[in-house]
Amino acid sequence: MSGHRLAAGGSGIDRTTPVRFSFAGKSLTGYAGDTLASALLANGVEIVARSFKYHRPRGVVSAGPEEPNALVSLGVGARSEPNTRATMVPLHDGLVAGGQNAWPSLRHDLMAVNGLAGGLIGAGFYYKTFIGGPRGTWTRFFEPMIRRAAGMGEAPTEPDPDRYESAHHFCDVLVIGGGPAGLMAAKAAAEAGARVLIADERDGFGGALRHERAAIDGRPAPHFAAALAAELATRGVQILPRTTVYGQYDGAFGAVERVVDGSNDPGPLPRQRHWTIRPREVILAAGAIERPIVFASNDRPGVMLADAMRAYVNQYGVAPGRRVAIFTTHDGAYRTVRDLAAAGVTVAAIIDARPDVPHAAKAVAEAAGAELLAGATVAAVGGGKRVETIVTTDGRRIAADALGVSAGFMPTLHLTAQLGGKPEWDAALSAFRPGALPTHWHVAGAVDGTFGTGEALASGARAGAAALTALGLAVPDTTLPETDDDLLADRPAPLFHVPGKGKAFVDMQHDVTAKDIALARDEGFEAVEHLKRYTTLGMATDQGKTSNLNGLALMAAHLSRPIPDVGTTRYRPPYTPVAIGALAGETTGAHLRPVRRTPMHDWHIANGAEMVAAGAYLRPRAYLRPGESVTTAYVREATAVREAVGLVDVSTLGKIEVAGPDAAAFLDRIYVNAWGKLPVGKARYGVMLREDGFVFDDGTTWRLAEHRYLMTTTTQNAAKVLAHLDYLLATAWPELRVHVTSVSEAYATMAVAGPLARATLAAVVDGIDLAADAFPMMAIRTGRIGAADVRIARLSFSGENAYEVFCGAHHGLGVWETILAAGAPHGIQPYGTEALGALRIEKGHVAGGELDGRTTLHDLGLEKLAAAKPFVGSVLMNRPALCAPERLRLVGLRADGNAPIRTGAHLVGPSGRSEGHVTASTYSPVLGAQIALALLANGPARHGERLVAADPVRGGETPVIVTPYRHVDPEGSRLHG
Amino acid sequence: MLIPCPHCGPREVSEFTYIGDATKVRPAPDASADAWSDFVHARRNPRGRHAEHWQHTAGCRAIVRVTRDTVTHAVYGASLAGPWGEGEAR
Ligand SMILES: [Zn+2]
Repeated sequence: MSGHRLAAGGSGIDRTTPVRFSFAGKSLTGYAGDTLASALLANGVEIVARSFKYHRPRGVVSAGPEEPNALVSLGVGARSEPNTRATMVPLHDGLVAGGQNAWPSLRHDLMAVNGLAGGLIGAGFYYKTFIGGPRGTWTRFFEPMIRRAAGMGEAPTEPDPDRYESAHHFCDVLVIGGGPAGLMAAKAAAEAGARVLIADERDGFGGALRHERAAIDGRPAPHFAAALAAELATRGVQILPRTTVYGQYDGAFGAVERVVDGSNDPGPLPRQRHWTIRPREVILAAGAIERPIVFASNDRPGVMLADAMRAYVNQYGVAPGRRVAIFTTHDGAYRTVRDLAAAGVTVAAIIDARPDVPHAAKAVAEAAGAELLAGATVAAVGGGKRVETIVTTDGRRIAADALGVSAGFMPTLHLTAQLGGKPEWDAALSAFRPGALPTHWHVAGAVDGTFGTGEALASGARAGAAALTALGLAVPDTTLPETDDDLLADRPAPLFHVPGKGKAFVDMQHDVTAKDIALARDEGFEAVEHLKRYTTLGMATDQGKTSNLNGLALMAAHLSRPIPDVGTTRYRPPYTPVAIGALAGETTGAHLRPVRRTPMHDWHIANGAEMVAAGAYLRPRAYLRPGESVTTAYVREATAVREAVGLVDVSTLGKIEVAGPDAAAFLDRIYVNAWGKLPVGKARYGVMLREDGFVFDDGTTWRLAEHRYLMTTTTQNAAKVLAHLDYLLATAWPELRVHVTSVSEAYATMAVAGPLARATLAAVVDGIDLAADAFPMMAIRTGRIGAADVRIARLSFSGENAYEVFCGAHHGLGVWETILAAGAPHGIQPYGTEALGALRIEKGHVAGGELDGRTTLHDLGLEKLAAAKPFVGSVLMNRPALCAPERLRLVGLRADGNAPIRTGAHLVGPSGRSEGHVTASTYSPVLGAQIALALLANGPARHGERLVAADPVRGGETPVIVTPYRHVDPEGSRLHG
Repeated sequence: MLIPCPHCGPREVSEFTYIGDATKVRPAPDASADAWSDFVHARRNPRGRHAEHWQHTAGCRAIVRVTRDTVTHAVYGASLAGPWGEGEAR
């Protein structure tokens, strides 16, 4: 319990506002302005998590987004979120958080036995032990077991109750990072009148200034930063705190704004907002990440990054321990020494790897009363569950309860490299910095290797000026704020690893050790991308922010090659994890896509229709009367069509007007059949193929006038057919004088079908002679029903005498009700898609199940339609394999017994192999039998054969007899009504 | 990715539907099955600059010929497909 709240200090917290929260079941108190991590440290909570593989106790390492250890489960129930970085969670009243990867508790984790067997779970363990074992052992046994033991936190099982938004933004300058450089860059750009957006992933602006003790323009640095951010807002700069610019994609940046952080109820606000930002110029001022050093037991709670300690002391008023030691290789870490001492924390020792420590640093050590061990390194830390002693390489033991480590800073260059930019090695920094920048990019501040406050401010102003110049705007004069710069993080001695006994962690989140890197090298996984995959280095949720460079350096040392020769792995977006909910935004559930409704939709609902999705439409499956099931309802409906009259809403059909002097020539090229001789006032059934010769779609096309046709398509393919026509007219036959327009929603469409269809219409239609010879099959007539102009075609899908009635969409309901009233004396019944399906299966008409993109004219028995002329697909449809008799071809099936035939069932003969499948099935009221359509190898030659329709997935085997696909009225005599 | 539609100006890629390689030349109607098969199935899939057909589905519905870098997704320009396009950028 050595982490504690200091009696005073903490520029970012409000000691007058206590905040109650709970962690791992314990009630604790922090202050407004705390993060969960600072509050846990203040309460002396040392073990905040257990590690992924070895279940070792882990404490807080950093104070920022790079945190590899302090991953906690936040919230309860549907709002719970695993793998949350405690360093990034602002504390709020009632916050509930828990540890992960531990059972039964963080302090006593029984799974820690993995640590004892640790020698067995080295790099490549999974690959060697499990993959390639007996088939199925991995997925059935080992993988679930290891998952449970390894633990990755638990995702909630309930649906997310919160809302997510998406926003698009265009700006002249996007500034990523709101530290001193970013703020100055935004200021310069805004003063010149540029449209600026500045985003910072923390809950306030200032970056490193938020935990800086030095003054700027005579004001405390955090105040200066807050005031500058407020000034930017008044200048119209779009200010986005809690917003991570996580990736760069095709000229746009993806960012996530955590509108309501933590796990509390966001109320009317969205939890997160996803931004797609399209800037003209980009200024990256993302700062830098401190680099740890690899040595034995470097994962003990109490070992932290040195500058993080400074943040806890200065910003949160929290001391990481009572006797702190520092292990470093550069002057920058002496700021921590200075600030710890100023806060009254004992600095036990400074272990500095440099034999010659510069005078300024020495002076800080002296002033702090800290013993300086120059030229020394830390070999290990002692203590079971936390730091108790520091052991140096030359054997000194120093009593301390916390150790701050720093080997310099690594520029946060991730965004510059996501699109393939190559980072450059900077020997002075012992780190990579951004390489050649993409056009319109500028970098400023620590990401550019500029670490002092004054230098960062100047660098930001320069980047702002460069962006303005690129935009063609005048650069205003900028006065830089006054700073009193102190020590600089200059030229850290390049130290990555201190050899020693015991586990030395490179990647804490994935438990990758120095030994694993050596093993990867020994087994030949030297290439950096292989190293990564073999050891899983950098593949955890932190993506190796603190560990990748150390891993590369270790490999480079093993290979005796310079680090830049080993290279870096590819930087991939996202920079930090992004919730799927944020990417989905509003497009979830009912908002995924709009529901399309026909003009008669409400009538269907009001009259008992059970609806079913058909493309984006909802259509009635059947109209259920009280006590009826869908089956009894559709049998009743289909029977009404065969025996009397029925009415079905077919407004969902695609309708495309094809107009122009060359329309007939165009239809000739897209349909397999010929159109030239179709007279005005007549319709024709047509089939179109794809370019590869497979059947694409079918429907009737009506010649309305000399140069005007109305094409109908299936519901499913309406949009695809229109795009197909657009494309062919634009690219293949631009010379054709034809225009195509979708009129799908302009018309309501309904079919009146059955032996009494004519009698029904005769009662309500004005201006059309419905007599059989005056209105023959496939003819089109115009007239009126009530107030509505109608166009009627005598067409049949059901096999009965039938009429398709078109009227303006707004007349749809009126015409529908008028026809129903006229048919009432004849027993008219509205029918849904189930009855429609039953009727067409009885007739052997093809639809979606058969037009599955894999069937040809020949497969469907439609080869006689093809005219001797070129049309889309005409060459490729004749490829020999597409005409082979053994192809799956259309047949009918009749069940031998009463059991239904399952759609999708496979047809199995004596061979025991699948010889085809069922495409559509129904009970046929008129035949009193279960029937189906199917695609069967060499089907037409097998009529009369007995097979089994087997459905091993859903269960059931139905004996069937192969029949012709026209089950009912093969001569078509009923059409003449 | 923004595609400069010749009718509508620069528009977000989500308004467009990808059609395919614009460099393939449609064979004559009576060309061989091999020629047609090449047109339908064979794609060069180049790395770098490429010409593609896209349709401005959620806009003016024009079929546009877009020249684009398949690696960086940089869009160099777009013209109407067919003879209406100006300055065919290849
Ligand atoms: Zn357009």
